Amino acid sequence: MKKALLALADGTLFEGRALGYEGETVGEVVFNTAMTGYQEVLTDPSYKGQIITMTCPHIGNYGVTPEDIESRRIWAEGFIVKEASSLASNWRSKQQLQGYLLDAKIVGIEGLDTRALTRHLREHGSQQGLITHIEMDTRLAVEKAKAAPSIIGRDLATTVTCEQSYRWTEGSGEWIPALGDKPRVAATRRWHVVAYDFGVKQNILRQLVDVGCAVTVVPASTTAKQVQTLKPDGVFLSNGPGDPEGVPYAIAAVRELIGQYPLFGICLGHQILGLALGLKTYKLKFGHHGANHPVMNLRTRQVEITSQNHNFAVQVTQPISAIPDRPPVIETSFGKVAVTHLSLNDHSIEGLACVDRPVFSVQYHPEASPGPHDSAYLFTEFIQLMEKQHV
Amino acid sequence: MPRRTDIKSILLIGSGPIVIGQACEFDYSGTQACKALREEGYRVILINSNPATIMTDPELADRTYVEPITAEVVEKVIERERPDALLPTMGGQTALNATMALVKRGTLEKYGVKLIGASAEAIHKAEDREAFKHAMQRIGLRVPTSGTAHTREEAIKILDQTGFPSIIRPSFTMGGTGGNIAYNREEFEKLIDWALAMSPVSQVLIEESLIGWKEYELEVMRDLKDNVVIICPIENLDPMGVHTGDSITVAPAMTLSDKEYQRMRDAAVRIMREIGVDTGGSNVQFGLNPQNGDMVIIEMNPRVSRSSALASKATGFPIAKIAAKLAVGYTLDEITNDITGVTKASFEPTIDYVVVKIPRFAFQKFRGADPTLTTQMKSVGEVMAIGRTFKEALQKAIRSLELNMNGFSSREGLDRGIPEGFDRPQGLERVRQHLRTPISERLWHVADGMRLGLSNDDLFALTMIDPWFLEQVRELIQFEALLVGQAGKKSSALEESFLWRAKELGFSDDRIAQLIGSTSASVRKQRTRAGQGKRGVTYKRVDTCAAEFEAHTPYLYSTYGSECEARPTDRKKVIILGGGPNRIGQGIEFDYCCVHAVMALREEGIESIMVNCNPETVSTDYDTSDRLYFEPLTEEDVLNIVEREQPLGVVLQFGGQTPLKLALPLSKAGVRILGTSPDAIDRAEDRERFRDLLNKLGLRQAESGMARSVDESLRIAAQISYPVMVRPSYVLGGRSMQIVYDESGLLEYMRSAVKASPKHPVLIDKYLSDAIEVDADAISDGTNVVVAGIMEHIEEAGVHSGDSACSLPPYSLDHSVVEEIRRQMKALALELGVIGLMNAQFAIKDKTIYVLEVNPRGSRTVPFVSKAIGVPLAKLAMKTMVGKTLPELGLVEAPAPAHLSVKESVFPFNKFPGVDVLLGPEMKSTGEVMGIDQDFGWAFAKSQAGAGAPLPKGGTAFISVKESDRPAALEVVQQLQRLGFAIEATSGTAAYLRDHGVQTETVNKVKEGRPHVVDHIKNGQIALVVNTVRTASAHADSLSIRREALNKGLAYYTTIRGARAAVMGIEAILKTELTIRSLQEYHGTGSAER
Repeated sequence: MKKALLALADGTLFEGRALGYEGETVGEVVFNTAMTGYQEVLTDPSYKGQIITMTCPHIGNYGVTPEDIESRRIWAEGFIVKEASSLASNWRSKQQLQGYLLDAKIVGIEGLDTRALTRHLREHGSQQGLITHIEMDTRLAVEKAKAAPSIIGRDLATTVTCEQSYRWTEGSGEWIPALGDKPRVAATRRWHVVAYDFGVKQNILRQLVDVGCAVTVVPASTTAKQVQTLKPDGVFLSNGPGDPEGVPYAIAAVRELIGQYPLFGICLGHQILGLALGLKTYKLKFGHHGANHPVMNLRTRQVEITSQNHNFAVQVTQPISAIPDRPPVIETSFGKVAVTHLSLNDHSIEGLACVDRPVFSVQYHPEASPGPHDSAYLFTEFIQLMEKQHV
Repeated sequence: MPRRTDIKSILLIGSGPIVIGQACEFDYSGTQACKALREEGYRVILINSNPATIMTDPELADRTYVEPITAEVVEKVIERERPDALLPTMGGQTALNATMALVKRGTLEKYGVKLIGASAEAIHKAEDREAFKHAMQRIGLRVPTSGTAHTREEAIKILDQTGFPSIIRPSFTMGGTGGNIAYNREEFEKLIDWALAMSPVSQVLIEESLIGWKEYELEVMRDLKDNVVIICPIENLDPMGVHTGDSITVAPAMTLSDKEYQRMRDAAVRIMREIGVDTGGSNVQFGLNPQNGDMVIIEMNPRVSRSSALASKATGFPIAKIAAKLAVGYTLDEITNDITGVTKASFEPTIDYVVVKIPRFAFQKFRGADPTLTTQMKSVGEVMAIGRTFKEALQKAIRSLELNMNGFSSREGLDRGIPEGFDRPQGLERVRQHLRTPISERLWHVADGMRLGLSNDDLFALTMIDPWFLEQVRELIQFEALLVGQAGKKSSALEESFLWRAKELGFSDDRIAQLIGSTSASVRKQRTRAGQGKRGVTYKRVDTCAAEFEAHTPYLYSTYGSECEARPTDRKKVIILGGGPNRIGQGIEFDYCCVHAVMALREEGIESIMVNCNPETVSTDYDTSDRLYFEPLTEEDVLNIVEREQPLGVVLQFGGQTPLKLALPLSKAGVRILGTSPDAIDRAEDRERFRDLLNKLGLRQAESGMARSVDESLRIAAQISYPVMVRPSYVLGGRSMQIVYDESGLLEYMRSAVKASPKHPVLIDKYLSDAIEVDADAISDGTNVVVAGIMEHIEEAGVHSGDSACSLPPYSLDHSVVEEIRRQMKALALELGVIGLMNAQFAIKDKTIYVLEVNPRGSRTVPFVSKAIGVPLAKLAMKTMVGKTLPELGLVEAPAPAHLSVKESVFPFNKFPGVDVLLGPEMKSTGEVMGIDQDFGWAFAKSQAGAGAPLPKGGTAFISVKESDRPAALEVVQQLQRLGFAIEATSGTAAYLRDHGVQTETVNKVKEGRPHVVDHIKNGQIALVVNTVRTASAHADSLSIRREALNKGLAYYTTIRGARAAVMGIEAILKTELTIRSLQEYHGTGSAER
């Protein structure tokens, strides 16, 4: 079995076995704690610039299928697993993980102590790393890791966004979230939503269709004026990779759009909205990447188990140290903004809403995929905002 | 939401005796609940008839009633204690059923007791097959096509829709008791009768077969604010058709994509809401069609269960504890996750390892039991193992089972390749045969199939086991072949990376040695040398969060990684070895002792380190000991921990046989054994040395001899005279033990049961017929000995001590005999240098005392004695082992309580149709109950009610006894008649009774034509059965009588002494009122009113 090496910028080394495409790759090494959904993770454009470590030890068990992709290709820079399955077993599987990685030219490593790696990243923070099947000189490998670009300040949305706008019509089909007690309202009409693609996950688009939207996906660089010409009922700001401060053009466009149309942002979209509202963002030590993050909806006091994947977060002037009794409200140049959702793990901000304007956003991923469907109601709330605005 | 203030006191119902389907997992849940509720300041009242539980320790509740869990008795408790609320979800099916009975009686309403955790409606909706089906259909979920029947005729009609194979599921039973799979009409009719008899409401669900579908289970928690979290998805390796308790199960689910998993999660959440489980944990079982992903709901339990125990241990999320807190009004986000200390309970654990559970069976104990695995649970215990991969976890689980298998040991002798002359086609046919129907060792046969060239497709067609699991096993078998390829080379020549790969795959040193033709010691040496302190075994923490947060609880498992998280302290510490999987002869009693040892060490300021692999136990709760290693109890695994931790010593005497087996190897490796020395253990176990010991002390032993051939056995038996007790020398726990009455019986035994050889001699003891057996427990510090309890068996000597009922203090023995036993106990303990506990068994015949055996360790009776006399023996024993003297501990003499305590054994016969219920020298019981009262009659009556066969107050007694028992039986019958019973007997007994002036009806034996006695039993005309038999042919004739009595839940006695005790019990319940008292009252301890 061919050997492989993972070198981190701080000089830490892990030996393992080669996985996927033979070669070497650099990126920011992060860990994801989801136990299912590796294909969704790999194809999530938000992972551009990053090497993903899966903490779940067996990856590839159920193979891959074109049905489960979140974008047109794999965006992650590299893949680290404890053990890649040599056999895929599932009635939907079309291919084995190894072949999938190979086809996509993704360099990976397996057989290392991924828990030790995760603990290292937790203690010392996410950092640049190199996976190599070629360069076995450890000193040189660490040098290469160090030389890899950081994601701080980087505009990665440009790399992953669509080139041209397009219509999206596919819904979730048989995989529609079915929590039952929160039925999806039948839309009174087909709402036209313009969705900014900063690296959009397809499941967001599917869920917009599920709740009755006609979706036009537009490139990240689309201006507010261009949006206006599309005459949308609402505007959606997608997730995406990189540093929100790296996309000033998007922040500027959103600033113009606030108040004009109902706005809904997810992840990077939420961070961009935060910056547009005049708030700040900061980089988390090792980010939130997983499918088990508890978030409290401060308006209902209910806890949602959420899917998360972000390295940056929105900051308010005062750090929130405990769960407040009611949503804290911040004054901005766009009026009052409420913190609507909070992480129960680290009290970071998970949701914002303008008090006087039809604008809201969440840091986490209500579209799940992978992850629980607890927050699917947010898509319905978006529809309700558009309905209210329409009346 | 803060905790409820409208309730101050809470009644908790335990699960009663350990039976198949309901084991010590409910001690784990009940204990957690008691602790959690008291922590919140509630007054906790507990009822549980099982003394061998931690939850019934008087310190754990404010009032502890060790009384039978019947509606009548629980009502009495409610009347006496007036609790504000009842929490019914912690004591398994027993507690749910008792609760529903109380609801029906109107007791809860009458006394204003609120149900918390789950409402009566929710329980009904989840438990009633028909109601559940409708509920699922309402929320758009599919359930298997099915119909409900109350009679055989109704059942047959349903078959038209469901077809064959047909799944039969009785309502309101636990562990699927009475459930089955019928493949044809004839089988169906037979099984349906059985199923109807087993359901307390005579309701049976007939269900379409989904055999071969994949099976999953989700553990779900919900709080009053409707927050729902999934604790863990569990996947069954064995597909549908095998009860989940009998399946090998794996966490997390291995072959589900996110889409499918989330669909399941959505369904689970909706089910919780629809059924209306307000708070707490539940589990939902799913079936999944491997061809197209179709999903059906199999069932849900609105309570904590065996799988919640497993999920708790598998994830580190303490389901029962949290469920208790939710029941009193907390919400998930208000409860802190102990392990991380920073996150909340409202999250979903994610794990970065794999957990494998393998059940353990006891078919060899039940001659005639069908070993096919079906929808009714048959296993008696389980092990869990944690590894970083499925392969590692699986191999660790295999060696945790203690079945003399160090890995995928071939059942066909193919471990080191296919031997010359092996008949391949025949071998293949055998393997195929084993694979077609699910049996306990199926996975080992799968491995043999691979060795013989079967492909995954072949194996899938035979077993329907998911190809992913098959491939994992294949990887291990392929690696085994590589190891065999190294044979002949010195183990020191094993390439280092190859060795590490083997260890990563979970291969034990022993297995590696076997495959390369070396010894485990030399593999171990090679491993240590190659590692040089840099590589080797590492310990990882179970932290609920895949390392995203720091774990503050040292809950550890081993793996071969690059970083060790054990971080041993430099405190004074002691390792306690647990009891491993539950099996017959080794159950919860030993876990009870281990937990007490931990508590004692804590009180002494010494760090306790627990090692065990049984997920059902209290000892494997991460907050029981200071450090927990969830590991197999083998020499290799224990030595690894010892090397890492460097403890003061290791304690072996609390975990039963499991750790005792390690005494010699551990002490050889230089590990200090605390307490009684391994040499003393050997002196008691080795026959010759034991004889010398007794001779030295001038104590008597029944005559005995050791036979190495058939001829020798005949010679010895003749010399010591029949009847004799025979057993092979190499098994313990009464396996294959038998009483033979004559030469032909002995020849039969020597031919069929054992093969005597110089290496494996057969032991022959004089059988002391009609002797009274006595169990005694003592504690010693090396200088002082206190005999804590002397128990008189109700059944005569010859019935295994673990199966016999017993009374403390003795109810019929002379004072002088009791005192002599006390003297002998002291002499034995001092001579052996016992430090800690010692148990001995005696037989008393004509006032002569014979020593049967001595066990210098904690015994099965320790919890019973502790509860009877109010002294925590195991705890004190642990303290003597770390240097305390008994006077220092305040124990100079055992208290002589004014009350009587009776222990009764509980048997799994209702799980094994057709198996005889007669008791003998081979242990068959799975659990025990305790009855306490001021007089023997009531204590005995309570023990019978607790064991599920309450004594009748009147009616007809059926008597059929062997000739030699007739005079003794006469006395019993006369008393029964005096108490108002009508008497019915088979011709011989009837004639004898009539001759002696007893009015007796004669009834036909089964072979004498109808109507016969079994008809009478079936028609409910019999209230009590007394049936003793001697010869094997008489056994067969009367088997159906005993089986039918069992099916009907009748009180039946197969010994005269048992019948005599029953008469005393009947007299008590007829003449005096039932009274109950708590342990705290009995022992004048416990907390005052709060």
